[in-house]
Amino acid sequence: MSRAYTRFLLGKALPHFWCPGCGNGIVLAAIARALAAAGLSPTEVVVVTGIGCWGKADDYLNVNAFHGTHGRALPIATGIKVNRPELTVLALMGDGDCATIGGNHLLHAARRNVGVKAIVVNNFNYGMTGGQYSSTTPGGKATSTSPFGNPEEGLDIARVAEAAGANYVARSTVYHAAQVEAYIREAISAPGFGLVEVASTCPTYFGRLNGMRTATDMMKWLRDVAASLNAARDLSEEERRRRIVIGKFCDRRAPDFNQRYEAIRRVARESGFNPGVVNIGR
Amino acid sequence: MARKRVSVTIDPRLCKKCGICVEFCPKDVLGPGRDGVPAVLSPESCTACRLCELRCPDFAILVEEAEDGERT
Repeated sequence: MSRAYTRFLLGKALPHFWCPGCGNGIVLAAIARALAAAGLSPTEVVVVTGIGCWGKADDYLNVNAFHGTHGRALPIATGIKVNRPELTVLALMGDGDCATIGGNHLLHAARRNVGVKAIVVNNFNYGMTGGQYSSTTPGGKATSTSPFGNPEEGLDIARVAEAAGANYVARSTVYHAAQVEAYIREAISAPGFGLVEVASTCPTYFGRLNGMRTATDMMKWLRDVAASLNAARDLSEEERRRRIVIGKFCDRRAPDFNQRYEAIRRVARESGFNPGVVNIGR
Repeated sequence: MARKRVSVTIDPRLCKKCGICVEFCPKDVLGPGRDGVPAVLSPESCTACRLCELRCPDFAILVEEAEDGERT
């Protein structure tokens, strides 16, 4: 292991604790490569994680880190980015963290368009706690808490972030590892809230319970179930729901929260309004 | 232009034997080896596409190119 990006990795902490064939390591490598390609130094980067298998990612990255509580990576990351806009702030979340426990934070981080970059690894279940269904488990798929199939439909994280107002949203899979890196690189350089969702493998639970006994079976599933945005346009609504649509959903250049907040502060200052002196009448 | 030589090295301390690199190598350079750690069976077929390195979840694979004659 000797590449430029290894300066972003804590080599001594490897091998990591993830299961054989888990896609987390593929996304971790993509993040390290994207940070190196962006020409950043480790001191200019902060990763914020929540809880879950992917929430352990900060243990392996040689950057500033805040390991938060379950589902709350985005509020913590927002606080850091608002106070230190010059830092590159990444929120690393799984589908449980980002879309299930912390789903409301996702809506408002995207709506606020704060310059945090969410790198969401979606393995369609709660892997760390035994493979329970999450809000992204596709309808009909088996988990340890839906052994005969999930009666609910899975949430489309990328579409939700796009609708809520994120500047940059893209989705790929760990099978398409080069694309994952490219999207993370773009998200880092784009202003405002960015979200890269990566559909991933969980051979231990999701794969095993859904007829994919090995990591390679899960990778083949991701390869075959993925449909590009272009290809998806020609599919029926029902067929599209069964596929994982990958591609760049939006790449807007709207001013981010910090820019808009500073503009408002300027207006307030120039108005001569002094919040320290409140006239309550005589 | 000198032909590039490619070396593929696999770190057995990091490899978890998931099989992803062997399954998806487009040129069948890698194959199952002893103890489940992949073996580099035909390095001369390697085109240095690096898909194995990109898809390795465990940082166990390094693909390097060198000018002919000075193999890394």
